[in-house]
Amino acid sequence: MTDIAAIGHNLSETLKKYSADYIEAHLEESQASHITYRGRELESVDQTTAIGGNVRALVKGGWGFVSFNNLDDLSNRVELAVKQARLVGHEQSSLAQVAPIVDVLPIETHRNPITIPLTEKKKQLDEYLDIIWYTPQIQTSTINYGDSQKKSVYLNSSGSYIEQARTDTALHLVVVATKGGEVQQAGFSLGSRGDFSLIQGLHQQVAETAQRAVALLSAPQVKGGEYTVVLDPILAGVFVHEAFGHLSESDFIYENERLLQIMTLGKEFGSAELNIIDTATIPELRGSYKYDDEGVPASKTYLIREGKLVGRLHSRETAAKMNEKPTGNARAINYRHPPIVRMTNTYIEPRSASFTDIIGDIEEGVYAKNWYGGTTSMEMFTFSAGEAYMIRHGKLAEMVRPVVLTGNVFTTLKNIDAIGNDLEMNQGGGCGKGAQSPLPVSNGSPHIRIRHCLVGGR
Amino acid sequence: MEQMLAQVRRVAEQADAFVVSSEETSVQFETNRLKHIQSKQSSSVALRVVCQGRIGYAATTNLEDSPHLIDMAVAAARFGIPAKFELPVISTYPQITIFDSKVESVSIEEMINLGEELICRLREHTPDLLCGADVSKDVHCVHIINSRGEQISYKQTISNLSVWANLIRSTDMLFVGDGESSCHPILDSDTVAKEVLQQLDLAKHRTQAPSGLLPVVFTPDGVASALIPSLIAAFNGKMVLEGASPIGSKLGQKVFDKKLQLWDDPTIAYRPTSRPCDDEGTTSQRTPLIEQGVVTNFLYDLQTAALAHTQSTGNGHRGRSGLPTPSPSALVIAPGKVSLNEMVSDIKEGLVVEQLMGAEQGNILGGDFSGNVLLGYKIENGKIVGRVKDTMVSGNTYQLLKKITAIGRDPKWVGGSLNLPPLYFSKVSVASK
Repeated sequence: MTDIAAIGHNLSETLKKYSADYIEAHLEESQASHITYRGRELESVDQTTAIGGNVRALVKGGWGFVSFNNLDDLSNRVELAVKQARLVGHEQSSLAQVAPIVDVLPIETHRNPITIPLTEKKKQLDEYLDIIWYTPQIQTSTINYGDSQKKSVYLNSSGSYIEQARTDTALHLVVVATKGGEVQQAGFSLGSRGDFSLIQGLHQQVAETAQRAVALLSAPQVKGGEYTVVLDPILAGVFVHEAFGHLSESDFIYENERLLQIMTLGKEFGSAELNIIDTATIPELRGSYKYDDEGVPASKTYLIREGKLVGRLHSRETAAKMNEKPTGNARAINYRHPPIVRMTNTYIEPRSASFTDIIGDIEEGVYAKNWYGGTTSMEMFTFSAGEAYMIRHGKLAEMVRPVVLTGNVFTTLKNIDAIGNDLEMNQGGGCGKGAQSPLPVSNGSPHIRIRHCLVGGR
Repeated sequence: MEQMLAQVRRVAEQADAFVVSSEETSVQFETNRLKHIQSKQSSSVALRVVCQGRIGYAATTNLEDSPHLIDMAVAAARFGIPAKFELPVISTYPQITIFDSKVESVSIEEMINLGEELICRLREHTPDLLCGADVSKDVHCVHIINSRGEQISYKQTISNLSVWANLIRSTDMLFVGDGESSCHPILDSDTVAKEVLQQLDLAKHRTQAPSGLLPVVFTPDGVASALIPSLIAAFNGKMVLEGASPIGSKLGQKVFDKKLQLWDDPTIAYRPTSRPCDDEGTTSQRTPLIEQGVVTNFLYDLQTAALAHTQSTGNGHRGRSGLPTPSPSALVIAPGKVSLNEMVSDIKEGLVVEQLMGAEQGNILGGDFSGNVLLGYKIENGKIVGRVKDTMVSGNTYQLLKKITAIGRDPKWVGGSLNLPPLYFSKVSVASK
């Protein structure tokens, strides 16, 4: 294979020859494999490899970006990126200062899922497939398993040179049940940093998922309207990501004066119990890394502390423009895209309430679990549960069809009036922003209770 | 590629290679000014083999690395499913014009001017608007070659213009936007500008949305966000084969309102979704899906069609690096006779829904949708009186499409791949705060 480290070292010299305020390059080499089942059959097994890179240049505040699969003539690519940046730039460049870093991180070879034989992976998935089809009334199912290993080289014109590697494993499972023209589905997603053992031993969870899809066929739908809603740690994690996380990404706000006024540090967003954190520094989580894609070390950032806005996520450019410290949150999904401000692992800190405390005084409410997805427009957001139950007289009652919930960031966070003691991180998610999706992130929370939450329904 | 195919034929009964190379340039604006210029060169080759009756598959971005690619594909074939298809004999393809050399010669400066002019016009109307825009051009070549000695290659140009803008008043945020794409160069921004200006005018005043079962008009964008995801899943031949499509057993039956006509069309001249053949080399055709409310066809690729004992409809789609899977090219709903204004003036109290956020997150297969109205207006006594917020619109695609009150006469391309008219329903569930 092509040696991207050698190409990277040569390129370090080349970058110095061009006049720009800043130039960086990424080189990347990846391998991936996928196994897909549809219905009772294995549908496909495939393996892919990719190699590519990019050069990004900053001149007078303007950016040029060139990506490529062909690694020949890299000096032409650098030249083009600088030329483009010149066409754009008409002001002063601002980029937060970061000391040059030279670091070569070892590749974790001890558990590369790519090296596990396909037969072994297939055997595990076959067991899940059998469990699904053992359940009556199942119409079809899909199981998607994927793993990948990626090696990357980052270098810039101030002398940084970083080699990093990451492995990922992900499993998505959906079960579809039908009866008399009704179609219902249930599923789950999970992921890990290449640890295949987390994909194993899920027999119980698979069985419950299949049974739930069938049970949904006879479940009623919630009447649309306002409810007191309790979210489980997984859905509350999606909620914190959509409802607040995206709004703390500084590239949305650094040049938007009105949004800046709304997002001034110290502004109250929630009760004194509410702390929201983003950090890429927790080992083994899918959003973690040592350096971001601008060569900035990862950090732990409090976004909300005791209900007040205290921090936000930055790239080097947004940090400089807002006169704040860089947080190491510039990430790109791969070499085809420039890094932009992204979340990593985002969560609500646990407090003291138990689950029984949280639902105990709810006369009529909705308990929403698990997730299908979520999206935001900054002010308003929606997120959808994979599973839902009514709460009646302080107790869990009948199962209902999965619900879509919606809220407004300026009111919904204030309506959180109970935070549980049972933090869990959800590793199954991927985040989309711009054309870059899905980026590995994780999010989490303890159980939380939200008053006056709008629930869609018939 | 011929050489690689020759090597593969020693170990495989059938094989095809799908090679894509592209050059894309885009000019991007943020907060009203030029921020990035990007150019992206990319290349990929995907190899599908049939060895001892089983399908194997691998892909790489490295066009020089064919020995490794063959090894990976053959290794995957050991686990693959039995191949039921025969690769197509490539005959003559229809002449579908999807290339305009003028796109290649559009200069970066022209692209910058187009974006600046558009943003300038929007801000003349609403000075506080913060706009982002993307002007791009893409030239790509597709080459398909198979073990029957057949091959085809074609070249396509795509030009794109899109704009999005927000207006913030205290903590109230308004989002508007539109886009356009073509195989011709897009040299003026008038269509996009007019659309966004109209959104701004209609959204000028805030009003409180009512709750309950109300008449709702979905604009083309509204139809795309609420109803189309379910239909795309339901007409997918794979879903039908698995019995997961609610209309899978209803071929030839009237399931929808008799006013409804839906088809897939990859043959429209100068559309980015058009091509002479699909990604397996099957000739492109226009496929009727709903005729006068009756389900007439589903969409197939080669393997799915063989399993279902039918023919491929030329909808084998493979992205850059996946096995073919059935997917629509361009979905078209036939326009009706009523103008949007006539629909609105028919309604005493109701909504116009332009963008529904999160509607694709529910039980799409079952047809259920539920989303927050990101952009929508309230109708009072036959007139649009202002924008609504904090409102959820929910429903079921199949129930709604059984009884369409009216189909609009002015269709629009949405997201490049959907040509849709406005649709008017008399009872849709609306919940608001």
